[in-house]
Amino acid sequence: MKEDPGYYDYWPYENRPKIEWPNGAKVAFWVAPNIEFYELNPPDNPFRKPWPQPCPALPGYTSRDWGNRVGHVRQMELLEKYGIRGSISLSTALCDHHPEIIKMSKERDWEFFSHGIYNTRYTYGMTEAQERKMIKDSIETIYKHTGQKCAGYLAPALSHSENTLDLFAEVGTELFGNEAGIYSCDLFHDDQPTPIHLRSGKKFASIPYSLEMNDTIAYLVQKITPRRYGKELKDNFDRLYAEGAQSGTIMCIPTHNYQVSNAHRIKAYEEALEYITGHSDVWVTTGKEIAQYFLDNYYDDSLADIETKNKKYGNA
Amino acid sequence: MATLNDDYLQYPERSYGMDHDRYEWSMLQDRKAVQWPDGKKVALWVNVGLQFFPLNQKGIPFKVPGGMTKPYPDLRHYSLRDYGNRVGIYRFLKAFDTYNITPTFAMNTRLAERIPYLVNTIKERGDEIMCHGWDMDKLHYGGQDVSEEKELIKKSLETLRKLTGQDITGWISPAKNESENTPDLLSENGINYFCDWVNDDMPYDFKTKNGALTAMPLPTELDDYFIINNNLHSSEDWADQIEDAFEFLLKESNTGGGRILALNIHPWVLGQPHRIQYLERVLEKLGGHPDVWSTSATSIVNVWKSQK
Repeated sequence: MKEDPGYYDYWPYENRPKIEWPNGAKVAFWVAPNIEFYELNPPDNPFRKPWPQPCPALPGYTSRDWGNRVGHVRQMELLEKYGIRGSISLSTALCDHHPEIIKMSKERDWEFFSHGIYNTRYTYGMTEAQERKMIKDSIETIYKHTGQKCAGYLAPALSHSENTLDLFAEVGTELFGNEAGIYSCDLFHDDQPTPIHLRSGKKFASIPYSLEMNDTIAYLVQKITPRRYGKELKDNFDRLYAEGAQSGTIMCIPTHNYQVSNAHRIKAYEEALEYITGHSDVWVTTGKEIAQYFLDNYYDDSLADIETKNKKYGNA
Repeated sequence: MATLNDDYLQYPERSYGMDHDRYEWSMLQDRKAVQWPDGKKVALWVNVGLQFFPLNQKGIPFKVPGGMTKPYPDLRHYSLRDYGNRVGIYRFLKAFDTYNITPTFAMNTRLAERIPYLVNTIKERGDEIMCHGWDMDKLHYGGQDVSEEKELIKKSLETLRKLTGQDITGWISPAKNESENTPDLLSENGINYFCDWVNDDMPYDFKTKNGALTAMPLPTELDDYFIINNNLHSSEDWADQIEDAFEFLLKESNTGGGRILALNIHPWVLGQPHRIQYLERVLEKLGGHPDVWSTSATSIVNVWKSQK
C-alpha cells in the first residue's frame, strides 16, 4: 500500500494559467445522473457488504429500483427543460436490463460513461486482469448500445484499486485510441481539471465531479433537507462563478434518480437548475466536452505551471 | 490481500427486465393513466403505524429501526414508543376528524392483543386496519426458516382478524423487510396488497406462488420517523417536504393521471405536543383541497384494479 496514490502533484489554487471556457464562460456546468442497477442477490465480496440486511434487502434495493421506474423520466424532463444534456455515470448492465432508459437518453444526445457493470460489484479484491476485464466489458457495452466511445470513468460504488485509472486509460486506448479513456471522476482534490500521471504516459484528466454536491451524499450521509440542498447548490455555484472570472471553474451536480427525483425534492433541484442556467456566461456541457477541451487547450500549460510552482521552493 | 473468484465477473441475471421474476420491469410513464373517483387528482393515503416494540428485543437478524438501542431494560425507548399508543394516537384521531381525513391503521397484532381499548376504538370508527406483523421485533428476513415464518404470518393474521372482526387484507412487514418467501406466504394467507416494496409511485402486480399481490407505494422517504428521527429534520421541515411533494404530484397528475400521496406516520413521532401542529397543518391543507381524495388503502387498490 502507498502513502499517496501518485496520480497528481500539488498545485496551489492561486496564479494558475487562466482557463477560458468557450464563449467566455466563467463556469463549465455539468450534471452527472448516475443511472445504476443494484442487484437483489449480489455475490459476496470480502471487503464490502452490498446490503446491511440479509438478501433480499428490500429497503435499499427497492429505493434504487424506484429511481429507474419513476425517477429517471422526471429528472430527464427537468434537464431537458433547462437545456442540460446529462453525462450518465452508467451501471452498464442497465443497457441489458432497461434499454428503454438508454434509448431515451441517447435520443437526447446525453453522454454515457462507465460506472462499472453493477453498483453491487466492487473492485476490491479484483486482480489486475479481472479489473481490466470488467472495465473492458463496460466500455464495450456502452459502445454496443450507444455507439459512444466511453471517455470517462467513475469506479462502481467508488470502489478502487491502485490500478483503476491506469487500467481505464489503457483499455480505452486499446479499444478506441485517444478517443476513449480520457478522464476520471474518481478524485475530489480540485475545482479545476488536473493532469493525471499514468504509467502509460497518456494525456488524461481528472474532471471535478463534486462529492459535496452529490445528492446521495447530501441526502443519505449529511441528511440535509431538500430546500437546504437547493440552497447549497446555489451557494456552490455563486462562489465558483465569481472565481471563474479569474480562471474558468467547473461545477458538477452528480445525481441519482432515486434521490433527487423524489416528489418532495425535485422542486428545490429545479430552482437551482433554473438559477444556474439563468446566467448567460455559463457553459452548460458534458464531462467529456470539458475533458477534451482541457486536454486540447490547457493540459500542457498546466503541467508546466505545476512544475514551476513546485520548483519555487524546491521539490519535497 | 484476498482475491476474488472469477465467478465474481459472471452475471447470470444480466438480461432484459429485472434480476428476479417477481414483477415486470415497467416505467411509470408508460402505463395507463388512472382516474380517481369524482375527478380527484391525488389520492391521500394516511397510514398510521401502531407499533409494539418489546422491551426484551432480540434483534434477529438486526435491530429494527426505532427499536431499543440501550442495554436492557431500555426504558427510555420502550416508554417513548408506548407514548404514541397512549397519548399521541388520540391527538391523531382528533386531527383526522377535524380535517375529514380517512386514515388506515397498520397494527402490530401483539399491540391489538395487549390493548383491547385501542383496537376496539379503531374498530368502532370503522377505519381499515392492516397487519404490521406480530411486533416490531419479529422480523421477516432472508434465510429465515420457512416454517417459522409461515407460523408467524398465520398467527399474526388469524389473531388480528379475530380481534378486529375485519378481513385484514393488507400487510406491512416490520421495517419493510422480507424473506424470499414472504410474498408467497402472504398471498397464501389471504393478503391482497402489501407495502414493503418502495419501488414505485403507483400500485403494480407482484407475482407469488398463489397468484398476484398488489404492491402498494408507501414511500419511506416521506415517513415521519425517517425524516424526523433518521434524517434529524424538524417537524416543520417534514411538513414542508410533504407539501412540496403534494404540489409536485398534483402537477404531474395533469399529464400522468391520478397520483398517490402516501403518508406513513407514527403517533410516537408526530403525536408529540410540539409536532402535532405540523401534522395538523398538512392535514388541513390536504383535507380541504378540492383535488384530494382522502381514502383507505383498500379503496385505492380497488379503484386501481378496476381500471387495469
